[in-house]
Amino acid sequence: MAARGNSRFKWIVPFLYIVFLMLPIYWLLNMSFKTTNEILGTFSLVPQEFTLDNYRAIFTDPTWYSGYINSLIYVCINTVISVSVALPAAYAFSRYRFLGDKHLFFWLLTNRMAPAAVFALPFFQLYSALNLFDTHIAVALAHCLFNIPLAVWILEGFMSGVPKELDETAYIDGYPFWKFFGKIFLPTIAAGIGVAAFFCFMFSWVELLLAKTLTSVDAKPIAAVMTRTASSSGYELGLLAAAGTLTMIPGAIVIFFVRNYIAKGFALGRV
Amino acid sequence: MSAKTTNQKAWLLVAPVVVLVAFNAVIPLMTVVNYSVQETFGDNLFFFEGMKWFEEVLSSERFHDSLLRQLQFTFIILAIEVPLGVAIALAMPRRGFWASVCLVLMAMPLLIPWNVVGAMWNIFALPDIGLLGKTLNAMGFDYNFTRQPFSAWATLIAMDVWHWTSLVVLLSYAGLSSIPDAYYQAARIDGASAWAVFRYIQLPKLKHVLTIAVLLRFMDSFNIYTEPFVLTGGGPGNSTTLLSLDLVKIALGQFDLGPAAAMSLIYFLIILLFSWIFYTVMTRGEDR
Repeated sequence: MAARGNSRFKWIVPFLYIVFLMLPIYWLLNMSFKTTNEILGTFSLVPQEFTLDNYRAIFTDPTWYSGYINSLIYVCINTVISVSVALPAAYAFSRYRFLGDKHLFFWLLTNRMAPAAVFALPFFQLYSALNLFDTHIAVALAHCLFNIPLAVWILEGFMSGVPKELDETAYIDGYPFWKFFGKIFLPTIAAGIGVAAFFCFMFSWVELLLAKTLTSVDAKPIAAVMTRTASSSGYELGLLAAAGTLTMIPGAIVIFFVRNYIAKGFALGRV
Repeated sequence: MSAKTTNQKAWLLVAPVVVLVAFNAVIPLMTVVNYSVQETFGDNLFFFEGMKWFEEVLSSERFHDSLLRQLQFTFIILAIEVPLGVAIALAMPRRGFWASVCLVLMAMPLLIPWNVVGAMWNIFALPDIGLLGKTLNAMGFDYNFTRQPFSAWATLIAMDVWHWTSLVVLLSYAGLSSIPDAYYQAARIDGASAWAVFRYIQLPKLKHVLTIAVLLRFMDSFNIYTEPFVLTGGGPGNSTTLLSLDLVKIALGQFDLGPAAAMSLIYFLIILLFSWIFYTVMTRGEDR
């Protein structure tokens, strides 16, 4: 590490940045412990009449908590599908040259770029025509549009970091492809798989436009339940804040598990 | 990096991805192309209109305005987030307990559903009940993002900086941690200044990850929909109606499928063009 004159005060920059990040989160948390009357009536940095009613309301009302379950279900299905089909594809991109490989890779990336707003209406028609409207699988498949390219991109980066000699040695030793892939190669890039899964989880969890378009009741994600409740029963700010706070928890949990790889993952495995 | 072998059977490994993504990409895209050249009066009656909608959209002031707003927004957030992100990554602890704490806390905004981000900033910035709005007004600023276009823009940009600067930080951090300590030791022996260390050791390493950062931020800021929709709804007036907000207004609000589809395609082509440029620059000199 470079020892520089100003290094004693360097922590101030990230510290101030983190304070800036935490302020809106704190405000949301603060509101979630207040009654709606208190939110609208008095302005205070800490709740005056501390209440857990907002959380209680969410955990006892099925329209609320089923939103969380729905979101978690389609996010998990999507993560499993995306990572498992991306693994062989990423291997192909990192190891072989084949007809149209560069074009194919770019085409995959363009889907990561496609604005969801463009696809909202056609998606609705497509999945309605297949009788999949308002199912978890519909949202999980739709999110593949941007998650598969991302998973391929990340995994390809991690796989390119594994020397090709590993493959060659295994083939010389007489391993068939699938045995080598499952027994030797996958454990080698376990970190990469974890990171790819994390990113699929994350992007499927935060996306709302497609999830909302493709569901009405049975598979409605929590984020969409929030918008509906906000408009139908007046403006229940306390409830809204509590629901918002709860949506941060799954992210916080998964982030903890991949904390040591997260930076590398954001760099798509290639630094 | 060893050379890749040519093997056409690799297509078998790629096939599942191609099928799944094509299903989700090609069919909806063709639907959009279909709409963009037809007029509809409901009841599934469609008439071929040729390029009419494209001409209409490309010459409409409304499209020019939202495109201009979109470019403005993207340019401003890139100009803030990229330098800020690099600066924070440079000042961050490189490893150990505090580095983990920083990473976990900084990644938090990235994992919050986008409409919650919008709602959170809405109640944070409201002049009557929000911490930010209340404080700014108490300090004597005339701030109300639901009424003044300038406040709305400032809030929108603050929200995006809050939401996405961490992405640049994490990328830059990854780039910086791949620099071997020996480089820094060599620089110290040579008596290099902090600027020289940044210019000749850190910046070259960052070039690659920063291209990824710019690419991702460009694409995502061009696609931004949910957060401004929840925060300002495009208002006051049309002042924060970015491209995708306008698009959804036309497509689902007014149900003008033809113009909306034509606009979607133009919009998509713009992103594609820029991304192709970035991608070419990014992969220049690489093996692939």
